[in-house]
Amino acid sequence: MAAVPISWFLTLSAVLFVTGAAGFLFRRNIITVFMSIELMLNAVNLSFVTFAYQFKKVDGHLLALFVMVVAAAEAAVGLAIILTVFKRRPSLNIDEVNSMKN
Amino acid sequence: MDLVLFLVFALFAVACAINVVVQTHPIASAISLIGVMASLAVLYLLLGAEFIAAAQVIVYAGAVMVLFVFVIMLLNAGTESKTGRSLVAQALGVPSLVALLGILAFFVQRLFPREASSRFGAFTGGSAKAVGKALFTTYLLPFEATSILILIAIVGAIVLAHKEMD
Repeated sequence: MAAVPISWFLTLSAVLFVTGAAGFLFRRNIITVFMSIELMLNAVNLSFVTFAYQFKKVDGHLLALFVMVVAAAEAAVGLAIILTVFKRRPSLNIDEVNSMKN
Repeated sequence: MDLVLFLVFALFAVACAINVVVQTHPIASAISLIGVMASLAVLYLLLGAEFIAAAQVIVYAGAVMVLFVFVIMLLNAGTESKTGRSLVAQALGVPSLVALLGILAFFVQRLFPREASSRFGAFTGGSAKAVGKALFTTYLLPFEATSILILIAIVGAIVLAHKEMD
C-alpha cells in the first residue's frame, strides 16, 4: 500500500486555486466568475483538511465546515444579486455592468 | 492503492477544473465543477475526513450547484460573448498566476519533508462524533455566528429576489 506524500495534496490545492484565480480573471460571464470563486474555496478546503491530517487535529475540519457554510450563504446572496442585475440590464457580461465606474 | 486513488482523482479534479475555466457555456462549467467537488470528496475520505466528505457532496455538489444550475436555467445563459476588454488582465494575469503557482509549489515541496505522507486509516478523528463534539464545545461561538449569518443570507436573498418578482 503505497503512501501519498502530504505535499502532493497541497500542490493539488495550489493548482486548483490558481486555476480558479485564472477563471476569475479571464472569464467575462458573471456566473462563470462566480463558479471560479467556488473553485478557489474548494482548493482552500483541501489544504485545511490536509493540515488537519498532518497535525492529527480535528480543527481543520471545522474550518472547512465553516468555509462551506459561508460559501453556501455567499452563493445564495450572490445569485440573488445576479438576478437583480439581470433584471435591470439583460446581459451576463461583466464588462457591461459598469455604471458605478464612471 | 492509496497512490492509485489519489492520482486518478487528482488528475480528474485538475482536468475538470481546467474544463470549468475553458468552457464557454456556463452549464458545461457547472457540470465540470460538480466533477471537481466529487473528486475532492474522495480525497477527503483518503485523508480521514468522512464527515467533511459527506458534507462536501451534500452541501456543495448538492445544494450550491443546484442553485447555480437553477439560476443558469432561469437567466437562459448562453455562450459568453467576447468584448476584448480583458487583454490587460490576460497580459498581466498569466505571468503572475504562473509565478504564484511556482512560489506555492516551491514552498510546499521545501517545507514538507518527503517522508511526511498520508495513509488511509492513520487519522480517524474526522468522524461525525469528533467533529460534532468540537463544533459544540470549542467552536460554539463561531457556530452560533454562522447560524446568524445564514439567517441574514436568507433574508437578503428573499429581499433581492422579491424585488425581482414585482
